[in-house]
Amino acid sequence: MNTLIAIAGLGILCLIAEIFNLRKAIVPVTIIGLLAILGLNVSEYMDLGLNTAIMERNKGFYNNMIVNNSFSMAFTGLFIVLTIFLVAMTPEFHKEHKAKLSDFVAIKLFLLAGAIAMVSFGNLAMFFLGIEVLSISLYVLAASEPKNVKSNEAGMKYFLMGAFASGIILFGIALIYGATGSFDNATIYSAVLGGDLPGWFFIGIVMLTIGLLFKIAAAPFHMWAPDVYEGSPALNTATMSTLAKVAAMAAFFKLMRSLNHEVSASYVAIIITVSILSMTVGNFMALKQTSVKRMLAFSGISHAGFMLMVLLNPPAMTGVLFYYASAYALAGIAAFAVILYVTANKENEEIYQFNGLGKSNPVMAATLTLALLSMAGIPILSGFFAKFFLFSEVIKTGHIAIVIIAIVNSIVSVGYYFKLILAMYSKDATESTQKAPMAYSIVAVLSILLTIAIGLYPDALLGLLK
Amino acid sequence: MDVSFILIILLFGAVATYFVGDKLASKAALLFSTAAFAATLYVIYRYNMGEKVSYLHTWIKRPRVLLNFQADSLSLAMVALTTVLTPIIILTSFGNMFPKTKSFYALILFMAFAMVGTFLSTDGLVYYIFWELSLIPIYFIALIWGSGDAESRKKAVVKFFIYTFAGSLFMLVSFIYLYTKTGSFLNVHLYNAHLTEKEQFWIFLGFFLAYAIKIPIIPFHTWQANVYQKAPAVGTMLLSGIMLKMALYSIVRWQLPIAPQAAAEYKYIFIALCIAGVIYGSILALKQTDLKKLLAYSSLAHVGLIAAGAYTLTIDGFRGAFLQMIAHGFVVVGLFYAAEIISRRYNTGEIADMGGIRTQSPKFASMFMILVMASVALPLTFNFIGEFEVLYSLAQTNIWFAVFGGTTIILGAFYMLRMFQQVMLGDKGTKVFADITFGEGFVFALIIGVLLFFGVYPSPIADFITPDLQKVLLQINQIN
Repeated sequence: MNTLIAIAGLGILCLIAEIFNLRKAIVPVTIIGLLAILGLNVSEYMDLGLNTAIMERNKGFYNNMIVNNSFSMAFTGLFIVLTIFLVAMTPEFHKEHKAKLSDFVAIKLFLLAGAIAMVSFGNLAMFFLGIEVLSISLYVLAASEPKNVKSNEAGMKYFLMGAFASGIILFGIALIYGATGSFDNATIYSAVLGGDLPGWFFIGIVMLTIGLLFKIAAAPFHMWAPDVYEGSPALNTATMSTLAKVAAMAAFFKLMRSLNHEVSASYVAIIITVSILSMTVGNFMALKQTSVKRMLAFSGISHAGFMLMVLLNPPAMTGVLFYYASAYALAGIAAFAVILYVTANKENEEIYQFNGLGKSNPVMAATLTLALLSMAGIPILSGFFAKFFLFSEVIKTGHIAIVIIAIVNSIVSVGYYFKLILAMYSKDATESTQKAPMAYSIVAVLSILLTIAIGLYPDALLGLLK
Repeated sequence: MDVSFILIILLFGAVATYFVGDKLASKAALLFSTAAFAATLYVIYRYNMGEKVSYLHTWIKRPRVLLNFQADSLSLAMVALTTVLTPIIILTSFGNMFPKTKSFYALILFMAFAMVGTFLSTDGLVYYIFWELSLIPIYFIALIWGSGDAESRKKAVVKFFIYTFAGSLFMLVSFIYLYTKTGSFLNVHLYNAHLTEKEQFWIFLGFFLAYAIKIPIIPFHTWQANVYQKAPAVGTMLLSGIMLKMALYSIVRWQLPIAPQAAAEYKYIFIALCIAGVIYGSILALKQTDLKKLLAYSSLAHVGLIAAGAYTLTIDGFRGAFLQMIAHGFVVVGLFYAAEIISRRYNTGEIADMGGIRTQSPKFASMFMILVMASVALPLTFNFIGEFEVLYSLAQTNIWFAVFGGTTIILGAFYMLRMFQQVMLGDKGTKVFADITFGEGFVFALIIGVLLFFGVYPSPIADFITPDLQKVLLQINQIN
């Protein structure tokens, strides 16, 4: 709870700092502040009691508007780490627009606040509030280059589609309220346990599902993603594809875990269909892309498909989802740090821009290679363990066919990830490259080290969620 | 000192090699790989003394994954093969000047690390991780330091990667499925998983895909010849000398004992596939005009025979397969090195452009002759022992298998000797062939020494591995 307030306060502080001409201090203060909040989050997590017999302790605030448990705390920690990386790259990325620095940092902090609300809600109203805070921040970020037509297009498209999805989510919430008479998670859950709910309760769940599938960009609700990812400024694409996607997925999971006591066969059918569709569409479309941003957008769609499999048996999958989300988001940050460096001052993000990076900047090339290998699921990197844990749990639920399809998709994904690796190592650079900015290098190396570290010690993350 | 020490030396060596810089990298790599070999010998000595050389440590609690490196004679034999071939392979590269030397040698050591890990792990998941890890260095070695046109090289290497990655993912599914059955990845637990016949069949197939692509057995061989040709000599040696042995070893270690019923039931089909590979490889080798490609197809024929031996489920087949694995490792490294020496001097891989080497370098020609003889399994060479035992085991299974399998020797003798004639004899022409250097001669002498020594006196190795092979066989027969 305190983390949420502190983050919102930090965002406002950023805005005020600009007024008092303290622009230089904004980023350092934000990063230090976020680190302090991370510490606060850890101490709150410890407070929950690691060694208690009760596996999942809930601690409610404000009439259970916010509920803290190990799930929300763990994800909060992940979001803060991601935001630190994103904020660290902001001044370098927006160095042409120094005057707007405070806005960009503050919006990212508000986005973080929204993301945290999305994983620690105890009431559907709070959930909706969180999702809107997150989305509106993203609309602004997508359209943050007013003189660029593509950025405008991205913002507009994202806003229209997003607003529509929000509407559907609201409709779903309304139906659930109608069925159970409450917005409160715990009350709804006990109503679900009691059984005997009217038919529109399930319709409500499906509508919520549709809205959230849109937010995580899963097929067939993914159409906006490639255009928005491509049009937005690259740093904001990074924000969308890492922080926002993971937050939406976590919220989705939390919601479905409390609404579906026993996952009904028809819901399993929906999830399996969407998951397979998402993986397949994402991967096969990614094969054809020549723009790196679009390629990563489609790769993100396929990863959403993978992550959706956790909904097949939510109670056993909490740790798996957290691990998968961390592995995916950290590898994404590392990859985008390199992409930001390579495509700075270039008019597009085509693959040929990466030619010869292996020679001109071996460290950045190695980082991007490792990040892509992790996403492809090559062992010792965390991406492999993410897939491994996921597949083991899914096979335990008996859905072996979907695992085989996922495996085939993993093989396909190697095809496009390697396109980029090949460009870096087997082609010569067309133009000379400049030195990598400090901020990008540090973020890239740190996040890839984290990716490797959680691959070497998967227990560290899995153990967080009991 | 337990087996994990070998792994640590190699991994540390890879890192150290990268950091000593381009100038010293090759020497550092040689040093560390030799040290690893020395450590292996010491571990084998301790193992023979009956001391404990295994390593056990819990890695992931849930799902339960253990870092368990178990040494028995089979894994130690393969580790010894890896660690002895690695310094030899590094020695062969001394004549080349590579760009980015430090990365090159670091990758070789890293690959040796991954391969040793594959041979030692008894935990299925750790085994799988090492198995996949070995793919990354060879991919970059072939891609960055390979020869020929960059575009076609890229295609060959990516095809290789996707093929092998695809195959091994099916092995991973098999492992996960087995884990849900037994709650463990340890091979001893997996052996007793009590699978139904249908489960056994699918798991057998999952493993088979991974191994058949790596060995390769037809129809999964299409990546092989191109990669062997395009990769630098060192990469080809690593691939054919050691890496494909991972798959052959795994058949005996993992696939057969886990799914023994399926293995017994379908063995004729799989042996037939392997033998088909033998004939196919031999016939294609007849038609090759490129020296490295010819050697690649001949290697395809030989490993097909090894795999057939392993699938016979007889003690002779197993022992023959293991002996032949070791012998083939040495021969193939020697032959590819010879091809590399010729192409360094002549700048061509085409057999037609070669000739007249014998008159200019009789030493090289006679060493090459011995390697060719070993490759066609002439008696008194190490290869004869292995090939003979495999053919004997095939004859026990079905005489026709032995007859068709024997074509490797007959056809092999034909195309290898014809190749020797075209490359070594004939007119001197205008091309100058500088005599081989001391370093080059030393490598050949080492390889030939091993081949002849164990050809005359194979019992140290045979006696070393037989008890553990019998254990595996017992495990398989117990369930049947």
